[in-house]
Amino acid sequence: MSALSASIIAACARTLAGPSIRWVNIRPSTRQRVYFANHTSHLDFVVLWSVLPRKLRSMTRPVAAKDYWNSGLRKRIAHNAFHAVLIERGRKTLEGDRAAAARNTLEQLLQALEEGNSLIVFPEGTRGDGLEVGPFKSGIYHVWARRPDVQFVPVYLSNLNRILPKGEFLPVPVISRVVFGPGLKLEKDETKESFLRKAHEAVCALREA
Amino acid sequence: MNFKLDHQMFLVLNGIIGGLVVARLVGFALSRGAQSEERKSAIDDLNARIRGWWIMIAIFYISFVIGPAGSMLLFAFVSVLALREYISLISTTRADHRMLFWSFFVFTPLQYWLWYKGWYGLAVILIPVYAFLFVPIRLALAGETTGFLDRAARIQWGLMVCVYCISYAPALLTLNIPGYEGQNAKLLMFLVIVVQVGEAFQYVWTKLIGKRKIAPNISPDKTWEGFIGGLATTVALGTALWWMTPFTPVHALFLSLAAALMGFAGSLTMSAIKRDRGVKDFGSTIDGHGGTLDRLDSICFSAPLFFHLTRWISVSGHPFLFR
Repeated sequence: MSALSASIIAACARTLAGPSIRWVNIRPSTRQRVYFANHTSHLDFVVLWSVLPRKLRSMTRPVAAKDYWNSGLRKRIAHNAFHAVLIERGRKTLEGDRAAAARNTLEQLLQALEEGNSLIVFPEGTRGDGLEVGPFKSGIYHVWARRPDVQFVPVYLSNLNRILPKGEFLPVPVISRVVFGPGLKLEKDETKESFLRKAHEAVCALREA
Repeated sequence: MNFKLDHQMFLVLNGIIGGLVVARLVGFALSRGAQSEERKSAIDDLNARIRGWWIMIAIFYISFVIGPAGSMLLFAFVSVLALREYISLISTTRADHRMLFWSFFVFTPLQYWLWYKGWYGLAVILIPVYAFLFVPIRLALAGETTGFLDRAARIQWGLMVCVYCISYAPALLTLNIPGYEGQNAKLLMFLVIVVQVGEAFQYVWTKLIGKRKIAPNISPDKTWEGFIGGLATTVALGTALWWMTPFTPVHALFLSLAAALMGFAGSLTMSAIKRDRGVKDFGSTIDGHGGTLDRLDSICFSAPLFFHLTRWISVSGHPFLFR
């Protein structure tokens, strides 16, 4: 049932967003991956997930904000259809709890990876205006530090902010674009700063691809 | 009302399908023999056009079978596809969002609904009057003043070409022409044949003897030789097809001349927009999308004129104009 509703939602998302899809120097694969992308719209994870080949969709879980996706219909979509990993966002929790919340989030992501899933994450942590890719939060680095065997795949999403921008609830069917780039090449002892810089550059590089 | 598949329609459809099969085979043979990059891309372009025609024929065939209501739906969908390509290509801002929603989900369906209901008076002014006023009002309400006039004009033009102009094609099905009842699908078919084949003729003439460019800054493959040769052949074809229209051969001649001229103008104008946006095709920047607007640019411009001329002839009630 949930697989069916997910397929229906994916089909709707593809119809609405009409994404053209490019895989640049990378191929779809069942290898365990973390797809990380720029974030401009609530549609982002739905569209990114829906353009993956069907076989990969069932093993790929989006990571989404609990405060948005944890009520009513959204909750059902996030839980049943996408098996989203719902996480607390830093700014919504109390100052003292931040460290604990971050640890908790990391554990959730590692747990999902442990179960053999791939993940879709948006390291900016919040939706941008679609012009610039904001700075990445460090969570993605900590995931890599614990699971360096997983491939980190940059993705650039364009025009989704024009389909459903921040603060709007009615979509407009503009044609979007999803570009997958080659997995990050990382040293064993990569520092947090250089990891985040490389990850950020990899996403930005796909903008013109 | 549904249209009956009469003998003439049958003949025309088979003729077109036969022609397309030949064109497809030629395109296939050419693409196998192509050597240079330039030739390859020219042949790819040709094959894309042929594919577009197949789709167009399928659309017209379906609209013929399902009658005006279904045709309106079908063309409304085509309008949405065209408008979507257009909007994706031009830049719009965050403040335009609500107006874009109105364009896609209010004005487009309303335009087609009005034609379907036969509410001629409002259908012909909905977009050029009311939408044109509504767009700047809605943008003003959105409160963003940067590039105001520019943004308003972009949306107005999108609605004009992609919705208003395209809607005139199925509107032909709603015309009430004495002595031609139930046969309007042939009129639509006539327009499409004249305009599309006209485009193909121009292309062929340009390839054969084209030298003097008409507008080198806009479109390198439009030459005077191609234009005149194409126009002459198209008008000859249109006149020869008078029997499928409600007109006499003389009127078929003038109508096909008008349609072919506007088709040429449409294609030239849309090329200018594409040039301005720095692309060759509406479809090319967005792979996986067929370039609906690339195929329809000539029809967009010729349909309104063709419609109004036809209506004028039939409403003015000169029986001698008809067979």
